[in-house]
Amino acid sequence: MSTDLVEFRQRAREWLAANAPAGGTGPGSVAEARAFMAKLYDAGFSGISWPAEWGGQGLGQAEQRVFDEEAGAYTLPTYYFSIGLGMCGPTVVDLGTDEQRRRWVRRLLRGEDIWCQLFSEPNAGSDVAALQTRAERAGDGWVVNGQKVWTSVAQHADLGLLLARTDVDAPKHKGLTMFVIDMHAPGVTVRPLKDMSGRSNFNEIFFDDVHVPDENRIGEVNDGWRCAVTTLLHERLSISGGVGGVAGGRGNPASFEALRATCDTADPVVRDALVELYVRERALELFNARLGQETRAGIFPGARGSAGKLLLAELTQFRADLATSLAGPAAVAWDPETEGAGGLAEALSVAPGLALGGGTNEIMRNIIGDRVLNLPPEPRADKNVPFKDLKVGTQQ
Amino acid sequence: MNLLLTPEQGELRAAFRSFLREAAPMAEVRRAMESADGYDRAAYARLNGELGLAGLIVPEEHGGAGAGFADLAVALEETGAALLPGPFLATVFAAIAIRESGDPAAAKEHLPGIAAGSTVATLAPLPGTPATVEAGPGGALSGELTALNGAEAGLLVVAAGERLYAVDPQAGGVTRTPLATLDLTRRQARVRLEAAPARPIGTLGRTPDLVAVALAAEQLGVLRRCLDTIVAYSKIRVTFGRYIGSYQGVKHKLADMHCALEQAESIVRYAAWAADESPADLPEAAALAQAYVGPACFRVARDHLLLHGGIGYTWEHDAHLYYKRAKTDEVLLGPPRGHRARLAGLLGL
Ligand SMILES: Cc1cc2nc3c(=O)[nH]c(=O)nc-3n(C[C@H](O)[C@H](O)[C@H](O)COP(=O)(O)OP(=O)(O)OC[C@H]3O[C@@H](n4cnc5c(N)ncnc54)[C@H](O)[C@@H]3O)c2cc1C
Repeated sequence: MSTDLVEFRQRAREWLAANAPAGGTGPGSVAEARAFMAKLYDAGFSGISWPAEWGGQGLGQAEQRVFDEEAGAYTLPTYYFSIGLGMCGPTVVDLGTDEQRRRWVRRLLRGEDIWCQLFSEPNAGSDVAALQTRAERAGDGWVVNGQKVWTSVAQHADLGLLLARTDVDAPKHKGLTMFVIDMHAPGVTVRPLKDMSGRSNFNEIFFDDVHVPDENRIGEVNDGWRCAVTTLLHERLSISGGVGGVAGGRGNPASFEALRATCDTADPVVRDALVELYVRERALELFNARLGQETRAGIFPGARGSAGKLLLAELTQFRADLATSLAGPAAVAWDPETEGAGGLAEALSVAPGLALGGGTNEIMRNIIGDRVLNLPPEPRADKNVPFKDLKVGTQQ
Repeated sequence: MNLLLTPEQGELRAAFRSFLREAAPMAEVRRAMESADGYDRAAYARLNGELGLAGLIVPEEHGGAGAGFADLAVALEETGAALLPGPFLATVFAAIAIRESGDPAAAKEHLPGIAAGSTVATLAPLPGTPATVEAGPGGALSGELTALNGAEAGLLVVAAGERLYAVDPQAGGVTRTPLATLDLTRRQARVRLEAAPARPIGTLGRTPDLVAVALAAEQLGVLRRCLDTIVAYSKIRVTFGRYIGSYQGVKHKLADMHCALEQAESIVRYAAWAADESPADLPEAAALAQAYVGPACFRVARDHLLLHGGIGYTWEHDAHLYYKRAKTDEVLLGPPRGHRARLAGLLGL
């Protein structure tokens, strides 16, 4: 390792030891998270590999990796920024104008703006190109009407990356446009939805005549699908190489390390089950490491990132299932006064989220089949038909 | 940790692939497996001569290329993908054992012949497999063991516990009986030693781990070829007016097979790196490689056979040859539970 990297690691380690909140495992408060991001930015550890001209540090993936390794010992309060950093920001960097990059990237990296991703709708999730939210020309801008759903962190968000329909006469993929929308604008209503774990991390959003200036448009009019694909590629890579890592983050009671401490490993059946978990964790960890090395060597993984996302979703489900089964009845009924006792029930309750958010397992398999293995596509009824003549969503 | 191939390794792979495509296509593999020798001696000699196959990991001072496991893995992936018949893997195992034995005299005596391709060798019993070999007075060996390409070998490297011995199968006290094998492309023999003269050549050392890494590389090659073959077929076979690869029942299975390939390749690169560069990681890497790659290779080989439909169940089709190789390899170093138990031990479970 070069002396620069060694020095960088040392600096990261010292800074984290002095500034990372001790003992935190949850997302913490929004105000704390914003303050932390600002400190992180000022110390030179936010947007490490992002272009310097837009506010990043302009360093390489190697530095980012070193920082992530050091940060692995902590749970940094960056949850509210994960959508912005993982997919919205990279989309702006890839596809925005210089003016847009100047406006948004530094603020994101400094924790000034929380972003959300406004793609899914009640009638369009896997088939997101079937979305119905309209953006219509009004003067020198646009007026947005419609509804989004399952939007993570929207209740805290300042900005949203919006995909909306701008042409109903064109086929579904050819009438979409991407915008950045001000979540505080008049006409935006955000309602938190309680998810199956009992938390409210995602929301439904209503747009009533929301004005969006044209300078907030990303890419060309009706070229939104291409933009969305860029966002989704970043999403899968950011999930599979996510901050929690393959082991599901520090303090995960279903991780191999946690289970070996709590289970009776003298029982050969238990021992073999733990070996299976270990093998799966290592297999994915090494695959992620290889993809990371390829990226640094200039080989962009593209759709292969979907394999990482799929494998992480499956591993997470497998682990939660295994951990609760090994624990037995204690996993499903506990004394609410005992700290941490409901951890495995929690792990089981959040596990399906990863297999749905960011594209379901079936969609990941479709992508691997179509774009990595180049298999013949399925016949489709929706390709060259004007959107207004298509069936979408739930139909009786 | 390095998990990527170097440009030179990319070239090595291309050289092996094109040579094997020309010299050992499946028609030749079938001819060889049905022949008396079980392999094509001329093609094997060319492989050793032109590509230095057998000498790859033999140190340069003994006439080899002095390559490491990262290079060896590239070669083994290709010989595995081609189901190359003959004693290559067995000879590599023996070369690994001699290299690791820490016995310079044995290296000097045996490695040049291996590198030149004139010595066919085998290591027996393979780590993880049962055998009863005992050293009697004067170092003569007695016992019974199974040896990969044992009937073809001109040199037996025999392990009795931790100790290694060189045995000349032509000398007295050695009886070899060919075994019937599931894998038709690679032979095995029962070897009976009755006070067979043997020369001690040091100890096993890291050999069990290194052999596990080498085998995993072959398995990766088998896995990849099976996936490539069935992906290609699913793009040309039509049912109900559509290519079978367009059906999700097929496509999703292929996607899962691809995921297995990505992880298997990552593990093999890691294990080869550990073998070359990081002795402390080698035991875990070797056990992990066999615990994951062996069963994954068999599952992919099985599904590749099934997705061919009825033709995949015929003797004429090659799918069963891969299927049988995959299962044979999976249990070559003992049943998979042995690797998992080893891993459990290394992890302190
Ligand atoms: C925790 C969480 C967070 C989320 N955060 C966000 C967010 O921040 N922003 C956002 O825009 N969205 C978000 N989503 C939405 C998520 O992307 C969608 O829920 C997901 O894409 C599935 O869409 P759907 O719910 O409409 O299900 P559907 O698309 O109706 O799918 C129903 C079932 O059909 C299967 N299916 C659908 N199409 C196919 C096909 N072609 N082939 C095979 N099977 C198919 C699916 O796999 C699934 O099992 C989030 C979801 C979750 C669970």
